[in-house]
Amino acid sequence: MIQIIDLHKSFGPNKVLQGVSLNVKKGETLVIIGQSGSGKSVLIKHLIGLIKPDKGKIVVDGVDITRLREDELYKTRRKFGMLFQSAALFDSMTVAQNVSFGLERYSKMSQKERRKRVAESLAMVGLRGIENLMPHELSGGMKKRVGLARAISYRPEIILYDEPSTGIDPIRADAINDLIIRMKKEIKITSIVITHDMVSSYKVADRIAMLYQGKIIETCTPEAVKESKNQIVQQFIHGSAEGPIENW
Amino acid sequence: MKYQRLPLVFYGFFQGMGEVGLLFSRTVKNIFKKPWEKDIFLQQVEEIGVRSLPVVSMTAAFGGLVFGLQTYIGFHRYVGAGTEAYGGPIISLGLSKEIIPILVGLMVSGRVGSAIAAEIGTMKITEQIDALFSLGADPNKYLVVPRVLAAFIVLPCLTLYGDVIGMIGGFFYNVVVMGVNRFIYIKNTLLYLELWDITTGLIKAAVFGIVIAIIGCWQGLKAEGGAAGVGRATTRAVVIANIMILILNFFLSKALPASLGG
Ligand SMILES: Nc1ncnc2c1ncn2[C@@H]1O[C@H](COP(=O)(O)OP(=O)(O)OP(=O)(O)O)[C@@H](O)[C@H]1O
Ligand SMILES: [Mg+2]
Repeated sequence: MIQIIDLHKSFGPNKVLQGVSLNVKKGETLVIIGQSGSGKSVLIKHLIGLIKPDKGKIVVDGVDITRLREDELYKTRRKFGMLFQSAALFDSMTVAQNVSFGLERYSKMSQKERRKRVAESLAMVGLRGIENLMPHELSGGMKKRVGLARAISYRPEIILYDEPSTGIDPIRADAINDLIIRMKKEIKITSIVITHDMVSSYKVADRIAMLYQGKIIETCTPEAVKESKNQIVQQFIHGSAEGPIENW
Repeated sequence: MKYQRLPLVFYGFFQGMGEVGLLFSRTVKNIFKKPWEKDIFLQQVEEIGVRSLPVVSMTAAFGGLVFGLQTYIGFHRYVGAGTEAYGGPIISLGLSKEIIPILVGLMVSGRVGSAIAAEIGTMKITEQIDALFSLGADPNKYLVVPRVLAAFIVLPCLTLYGDVIGMIGGFFYNVVVMGVNRFIYIKNTLLYLELWDITTGLIKAAVFGIVIAIIGCWQGLKAEGGAAGVGRATTRAVVIANIMILILNFFLSKALPASLGG
């Protein structure tokens, strides 16, 4: 469903992506791991056209989205829901307005239907009765979950999670893992999850891909990752300071 | 080394002009595209317009008073005692064509241009602009268009209001404080002040409104590097807009005919 082909992106002299190629199949959950600063966020921002690549293609359902005009891009963006690493809630709007923002633009729901969907989406991430709070009244973890509720509110086909469990307590984080798995089973959602949390990677992933020095150096099932012969992968999943990865 | 910096400055200048030009042309195109963000537009009209009224009232009142004061002195000294009442049209002309539009432009730039840059800059660095985009809203249409449109419409209104306050200030100083002949003052003002004089000021104000909003949005959207980056964007928005206002004011004064009568 998504094919990333030889993607390159630099910011000035900083070569972040140097030929990333990756396929994501419909209905699967792909976890992307990699060091801080390796370009994971930059990579998934390419998928919804937030960042334009210097070189390479991103094909979503047969369409190369790097070549699309703004108005055509709008249609493919509808397919994606994105949870930002910083939650990125609109701080001048209430929680309810945040969650219904995408609904207002991507669906033709009546106001009543929207209100119901907002409550539903918030319940899915374990939040109730906070519709009228402002983002600054929420804890960091609650913001993250409201951000997730906002991303899933319009029922996109593909959800991009940028570190869903960072800043959330372990129990809530596991509830989010369950949510990712449930959405895959129940509504066949395709997910791309960025995480540093190996436990949750093993739990939710169909496949794990590791980004290192601007390239995907390994893509395989969670079981195979544990057995990987690649020293860099081994060092990363065991979280050890000793190994081939130096500049950490 | 020194002469290597110079081309860089020019480069920055032209790059900036190019960016603002592109942003402006996108904004103009987006004005005519649906959906029309009415709520944000009205909110901005309130923010830029209604909340600027106290500042505009104060600056216009004292601008009018001091201009009335100096005109009085001028007539008294050069034309002669007893002729001060003939200053009415000069005061009104100077206020409506130059002083009030500039004062309003600079004050609103300080109040609103900075607020726009800070708000949009904060949204930028906290990924809220990215979030807008991912949720199907065009950030230009959602953020820039309502602000530019609101400033374009509101600045002339504020200026018209400032004209009234300023002229009352000039009248007050001359007639009430210095006791010049009120009939001559009013009669001459009405005789020589043209509707076009007021209109020129309003045209300028509309241009200043666009400048303030577009520069604020441009700097906000460019902001990067955390809170310090937003701070820099805010300062720059005000400084650049103020300089642009003063430069454009001169060229508009030169380009717009002094009088429609010929
Ligand atoms: N808009 C930008 N402009 C310039 N450089 C950028 C920009 N966005 C990201 N970078 C750079 O790209 C690199 C990768 O950043 P990215 O945010 O993708 O890392 P990451 O893998 O998500 O790290 P983390 O796990 O800490 O979130 C960093 O060196 C960063 O400085
Ligand atoms: Mg990241």
